[in-house]
Amino acid sequence: MPGLPDFPAHGTLTFAFDAALKGAPLPAGLTATDPAEAERRFAVYRNNVATSLIEALARRFPVIRRLVGAEFFAAMARIYAEDHRPTSPVLLEWGQSFPDFLAGFAPLKGYPYMADVARIEYARGLAFHSADAPPMDPVRLAGADPYALRLRLAPSVRVLHLGHPAVSIWLQNQPGTAPGTVAPAGAEIALILRDRAFNVPVRPVTGAEARMVEGLGRGETLGVAAEAAVAADPDHDPQPLLLYLIGSGAITDLQETE
Amino acid sequence: MKTLPKAAGLGFKPDHFAAIMAEPPALGFFEVHAENYMGAGGLPHAQLAAIRADHALSLHGVGLSIGGPGRLNADHLARLRRLCDRYQPESFSEHLAWSSHGTDYLNDLLPLPYTDETLALVCDHVDEAQAALGRRILIENPSTYVLFEQSVIPEVDFLYEIARRTGCGLLLDVNNVFVSCTNHRTDPRRWLADFPLHLVGEIHLGGHASEELPSGPFLIDSHDSEVADPVWTLFTEVIARTGPLPTLVEWDNDLPDWSTLRAEAARAQHILDQGEHHLARAS
Amino acid sequence: MTLAKTTLGLGASLACALSMAAATGVHAEEGMEKCFGVALAGQNDCAAGPGTTCAGTSKVDYQGNAWKLVPAGTCVTMELPAGADGMARSGSLEELDRDIPA
Repeated sequence: MPGLPDFPAHGTLTFAFDAALKGAPLPAGLTATDPAEAERRFAVYRNNVATSLIEALARRFPVIRRLVGAEFFAAMARIYAEDHRPTSPVLLEWGQSFPDFLAGFAPLKGYPYMADVARIEYARGLAFHSADAPPMDPVRLAGADPYALRLRLAPSVRVLHLGHPAVSIWLQNQPGTAPGTVAPAGAEIALILRDRAFNVPVRPVTGAEARMVEGLGRGETLGVAAEAAVAADPDHDPQPLLLYLIGSGAITDLQETE
Repeated sequence: MKTLPKAAGLGFKPDHFAAIMAEPPALGFFEVHAENYMGAGGLPHAQLAAIRADHALSLHGVGLSIGGPGRLNADHLARLRRLCDRYQPESFSEHLAWSSHGTDYLNDLLPLPYTDETLALVCDHVDEAQAALGRRILIENPSTYVLFEQSVIPEVDFLYEIARRTGCGLLLDVNNVFVSCTNHRTDPRRWLADFPLHLVGEIHLGGHASEELPSGPFLIDSHDSEVADPVWTLFTEVIARTGPLPTLVEWDNDLPDWSTLRAEAARAQHILDQGEHHLARAS
Repeated sequence: MTLAKTTLGLGASLACALSMAAATGVHAEEGMEKCFGVALAGQNDCAAGPGTTCAGTSKVDYQGNAWKLVPAGTCVTMELPAGADGMARSGSLEELDRDIPA
């Protein structure tokens, strides 16, 4: 149409709009009743996107937020949100790459445990939203032969091997509690699951306990999984872990072979 | 298919779950954002199933990006379909806005120019959504903060044309009308006078925040406070014309306690009841 | 300690744990009751993660240009034992040179 300015196709406009959200000039044609106010009005969208994504991350990583402080978290989350936009409208899945982002974030290089704490927080979210599987009635376990017994774990069960004492740090820095002051040294392992009341506890476990859970998850019989755990650590006692899994409702089915 | 009761409803928030279960309220319906129930299982679904067992349900989508370029997100449509199959909501609604481009999701309801190009695009998307969900959906008018020089179709005409071409219904957000018209220095009564009220399947009311720009007041659709008086007035005028309609009070940020929310719903219900009497007298 | 003895002890221990669990008998409904009676609190809230909104916000995000980004939460006061990882304990004062749109 002669005389009219050439406006971008809608796809081009949305890309320009997103670029402007990150600081580029406003897209062609974007205006306001008083055009001088267009920039100020557009800032509402900039703010909505940034603030809503910062708050989304703060909901997913509350212990990280507490560890670094609210102001630092907001600034850092804004950078993450611009470089790692959600790829789905289902925000409860967002943030998978946040732990690696923290590991590479220069201002946090004095805090190498931060990424592992974030891994715990992200895994808790996955466990919280994981598929339902009704717990097995423990009565079925009476008289079972451990070497013929295969236990099915709930979809929420996860084992995280962490290079830092992140479970202790996570436990000591829960929102609303007095912060811990000293964390132990060394690597830790987290067992994460969703219990019968929909809570998602994080339990520190030994290497042998982790081996046992992982064995059960692979379909090893209880006896074989426990033996492998004892081989890893002769002092391993499988009872507390087994009772914890059953009591939490994390065993959903059993199978007995000859 | 059942429809929403022509009564006041509230958004369901997990914070209020215990209060709702302790004393089930006499509400028209509950509304939830579809995207918050797209995990596989766990507490959100246990709570929604319990709510749904006792109440009519409206699913309100915020992430389909009906006003975006390209095809709709097929994975997302499939998730919506599963959710509708599972909870059999009386209503499903979405927005005249976009929130995704390419693979990026921006988590806000962003504005589009109203042109022949975007109208065709939106109509294709509504057709696609209605086919995928196997039901008539409602499209909501947005709160907007900017304008586009390339817009050639008035917003009301744009919405009417979507409904005419696709057979969808409309969700009238009275607060959005007030926010947009105030921001663009137009008359909300004029907007409502032109709007095809007979296509409205649900009304939204919500609170907004206010700032002052050199050119005058500037409103933000913040859903963090009581519904403003001018919005109650516009709502009352609409109901006097239409009679009672399913009406949601939205309060999403700075969430108040359950009794405050119920008081807002009661206020809306009172206006709906008066609208019924008004119509009865007129006929 | 022979392997046979260990295995025997292990088998007995597992059998004991199984019968203990069976005798205790935990009922699935207890969890639902707990969940329905008690509002979400503490850790559980956090696991739920972000929700969506169809509203804008009147909260204005931190705005500025280049600024000193220094952690100021509980990580500053928390000590790790010396030598745990061989890293410094306090955050370095990094000037983050990044333009953040106002």
